[in-house]
Amino acid sequence: MNKKVVVTGLGATTPLGGDTKTSWQALLQGESGIKTLEYDWLSQHDIPVTFAGVAKVQPKDVLTLQETKRLDPSSQFAVIAAREAWADAGITDFVPERLAVEFATGIGGIWTLLDAYDTLKEKGPRRVLPMTVPMLMPNGPAAAIGMDLAARGGVRTAVSACASGTEAIANAIARLQTGEIDIVVAGGCEAAIHPLTISAFASMHALSRRNDEPARASRPYDINRDGFVMAEGAGAVVLETEEHALARGAKIYAELAGGYVTSDAHHITAPDPEGTGAARAVIGALNMAGAKPGDVAHINAHATSTSVGDVAEYQALKRVFGDDLKKIPVSATKSSTGHLLGGAGAIEAIFTILAIHEKVAPPTINLEDPDPEIDLDVVTSPRALGDNILAISNSFGFGGHNAVVVFRSYN
Amino acid sequence: MALSQNEVLVGLAEIVNEETGIDVESVQMGKSFTNDLDIDSISMMTIVVNAEEKFGVKIPDEEVKNLLTVGDAVNFITSAQG
Repeated sequence: MNKKVVVTGLGATTPLGGDTKTSWQALLQGESGIKTLEYDWLSQHDIPVTFAGVAKVQPKDVLTLQETKRLDPSSQFAVIAAREAWADAGITDFVPERLAVEFATGIGGIWTLLDAYDTLKEKGPRRVLPMTVPMLMPNGPAAAIGMDLAARGGVRTAVSACASGTEAIANAIARLQTGEIDIVVAGGCEAAIHPLTISAFASMHALSRRNDEPARASRPYDINRDGFVMAEGAGAVVLETEEHALARGAKIYAELAGGYVTSDAHHITAPDPEGTGAARAVIGALNMAGAKPGDVAHINAHATSTSVGDVAEYQALKRVFGDDLKKIPVSATKSSTGHLLGGAGAIEAIFTILAIHEKVAPPTINLEDPDPEIDLDVVTSPRALGDNILAISNSFGFGGHNAVVVFRSYN
Repeated sequence: MALSQNEVLVGLAEIVNEETGIDVESVQMGKSFTNDLDIDSISMMTIVVNAEEKFGVKIPDEEVKNLLTVGDAVNFITSAQG
């Protein structure tokens, strides 16, 4: 008999706020975390996109000087979110060998990598700092959390572009279900607002260029959407076996009832327009939860605000839910946060968990002129949800990655 | 212009502090990097790289293993400034 997996701690640092509560409140109020960037490199390089979702609270205001020097910004965000989630869970007594970390990034330590290359070119190899490799490696954030919390039950990193954060949470389930471990700190992070990353995404026409109206640029499902908006930050959840959580009298936000990944094998960046791979991920996750499509009462969509991606996800949902799709309130929270890439799935999982726990679906902002090709019940102002519900959060990534997690009310 | 031994000590203490968080006052001539200040090898190499940059000197890899104490490093840097 599989053990039930529950969520007992939440942590987030996002463009909306430096912690979960602030981010969630700002989300409910329909705020945008997207602003014009104020970095010298924008004009130095004539970068075509001049806005993004910069984290509301910068790590240097939270961490020690040594932590900021020894951790890439992606790991800094990760550690901040994980510490908040851990404190929220209130775990004081645990077996380190039964605590694991599943923490994702889409891109890894790109600031460290490119700064080190600049140093190499300008000053030569002797000036390249010895911490460069541990700071740039994509498992750096997971390893930093593992060190911080004394997790000795295994530290792993899902890397599947924008599906990474959701995949990391899905990857936590199996080992908890078997009871092999008691606790997992799971989530994802990204710190890639860098001139190279912006230029590269802009070069493939993936980014919105609404430079004159940054707060209105991320507009999933709107007919005038023109691409996603890069953002940075991290989200972390503490997952436990129900048994372990109940034994210590923990508060439980929700049950993590399922998580599933599939791949399209269609195109390296374009989603399968039929949405079959994404649909299989939703169905796989629901099967794992012992649920049917008709049980789903809320969807936190991937919805990045690209012209092709939003339609492809709609096609996938249509494939799974059929005509019932119109009855399900859908939230596209990237409209407020922007796209945290490897961190996106993690913060959207947190928003889905809070939607269940607080019984309210968060709004989608900037939907002024709905795309007629997308026939969804999009939540545009906070909407009440029921007491005993099931909700899903979707993430898809370059490479044809599809990842879906399912949360259920816990009573 | 070459820095005095004391100026090098002050500068080195700042580098050690930035890398490790150890108080600048604790970085004294007689202190051993590993035994007293608990500095690991990767931090030591970072300190060496930053010291080369700050003082405009070259500290060869084969010399680093001889720099057991803060005083060893200060003396090496002071004389290497030429």
